[in-house]
Order: sequence, then C-alpha cells, then structure tokens
Amino acid sequence: MAQRIGVVVFPGTNCEHDAIQALEHLGADARLIFHTETSIGDVDALILPGGFAHGDYLRPGAIARFSPIMDAVSAYANNGGPVVGICNGFQVLCEAHLLPGALQKNSGLTFLCQPATLRVTSTKSALTNAADIGQELVIPINHFSGSYTCDIETLRTLQENDRIVLRYVENPNGSIDDIAGITNEAGNVVGLMPHPERAFTSLLGSSDGVVLLQSILNAAVTL
Amino acid sequence: MRFIARVEVSLRPGISDPEGATIERALGALGFDGIASVRAGRSFQVELDATNEESARSHASALADRLLANPIIEQYEIEVSPL
Repeated sequence: MAQRIGVVVFPGTNCEHDAIQALEHLGADARLIFHTETSIGDVDALILPGGFAHGDYLRPGAIARFSPIMDAVSAYANNGGPVVGICNGFQVLCEAHLLPGALQKNSGLTFLCQPATLRVTSTKSALTNAADIGQELVIPINHFSGSYTCDIETLRTLQENDRIVLRYVENPNGSIDDIAGITNEAGNVVGLMPHPERAFTSLLGSSDGVVLLQSILNAAVTL
Repeated sequence: MRFIARVEVSLRPGISDPEGATIERALGALGFDGIASVRAGRSFQVELDATNEESARSHASALADRLLANPIIEQYEIEVSPL
C-alpha cells in the first residue's frame, strides 16, 4: 500500500505542491494538512515544507510553531512518527524545540539560491536510511536564514551520537560544523535546509533528492 | 493601569552577528573613528494593562521568554513605565 504522507501548510508555505509532486512521483499518497487543523489524521509520515510561514516575521518559524496543528505534530514526533522539516520546516522544528539549536541569517547576509553539494554523514535517520555514508548529493538550497548554530555541548552531543546527517562539502552560509541537516536522538525527526523535493528528476537538474525522499518513505510507519 | 514595556532583544554574547559586523565595517568605511564593536538587535514596544509595574514586568518577561526572544541564541532586557 502507498505510504500516506502529510504535508503541513502554514500561511506563507510555498513548497507544499513541489513536495507532493515529488512524493507522488515515488508512489506515495501525499496530502495537505492545514495549519488550523488540530489532528494530522491517518498518515505514516509528516513533512513540514519550505516557504516563509507567517512572512518569517519575528524569526523564521517563531509564529508557525504556535499553530493549532503543532500540538498534533509534536505528539506524533514524540511517539516516534517520522517528521521531516525542509528549509522553513527545519526552522519551525527548531523553534518548536523538536530539534536543538537555531537557524541564523546566512553569514554573508545574502539570500542563497543555488545547487549545493552535500555529504551524507549519518544514515541513522528517517531522511538518510537509504543513503550511504560519504555519498555526495547535489541538491538546491534556497534560504536567507540557514546558518545552523547551537551551543558547544549540543554540538558535541550531535557529533558523538551521529546526529549530523548531512554536511555541506563547501559551506555556503556559515553553518557550524558545515551542518546541512540534523536529527533528534531517535532518528525520527529530521531537519535540513536543502530542498530534496526540487531534485527528484533529472529534468530539474538533479535526481539526487530521491534517495532522501525514499528514506522518508522507508521510515513511514502507521502509529 | 496601562504600561509600556520596551523589550530589547539581542544575540547572546558569543553568537555570531553578521549584521552587527557588517554595520561595524560600514561605519569604519564612512570614516567614523573609534568604533569598538556593533551588535545588532531589535526592540518591541508592548502596551499592556496590569495592576502594578511589577506585574507588568512579569507579563512582559513571560511574553519575551515565550515568543519575542529565542533563548537558544538571544537574550533580552525589559524596561517598564506607566503610560
């Protein structure tokens, strides 16, 4: 049976249809979940897609994290449900404290929209289980606030527990330790700044995102 | 009673501040001498009703903790005065 993937939409989200198209391309049944809903319904995994929820006012993700749907997202994540935040979705997960740390403005203070080469550095996550350690993937980035930061103890915890899942080969934004994506301790909640849904077919310039999207489908479980 | 709370949010010491660093360089380029350092931040003015100044301060502190500042990277200072 096709995996049922919920794609959460906040006001200002703009990558939800790209995510749905990419997931359906891989055979999943993807559906939108609106921010005002209080239940995620019957899904096997959740994606928080990219965009500018609530105009990125205050801080990216700061207002979206208080959306009615977020209690259900947190409960699902805490029960082990796979939850992947892409770009703005990563920022929402950090603001919601489902992932540690924060995303700051890029060190160069410019909006970055370009392909980035990533290296898979852990396969123990809902985003990288189908990939190989050391595998390089070319996937677009598209962000102004993508510089991951955290305190030194958190960084050590991430490093020592294989929780940094993707690193930039050439750091574009000043992210600490070249971090492009991290996971929680259990591996079910993952955030990344690059956009795998924009790299699911060579027509888009790269199909390197497929291995990441397929990992989400592999991790999909009915709770 | 109505109060105004001025909440000033800034990055914690040690957190990199590319905006502050850029402004600092710009000031140097404009010929302002003796600029030791610039940190960027933002401020909020919140008008609120409370029974006294202490209560207004505690309300302002709660909303700064919950929403206005991200304690992972930011700190804040609050000034409260009657309107």
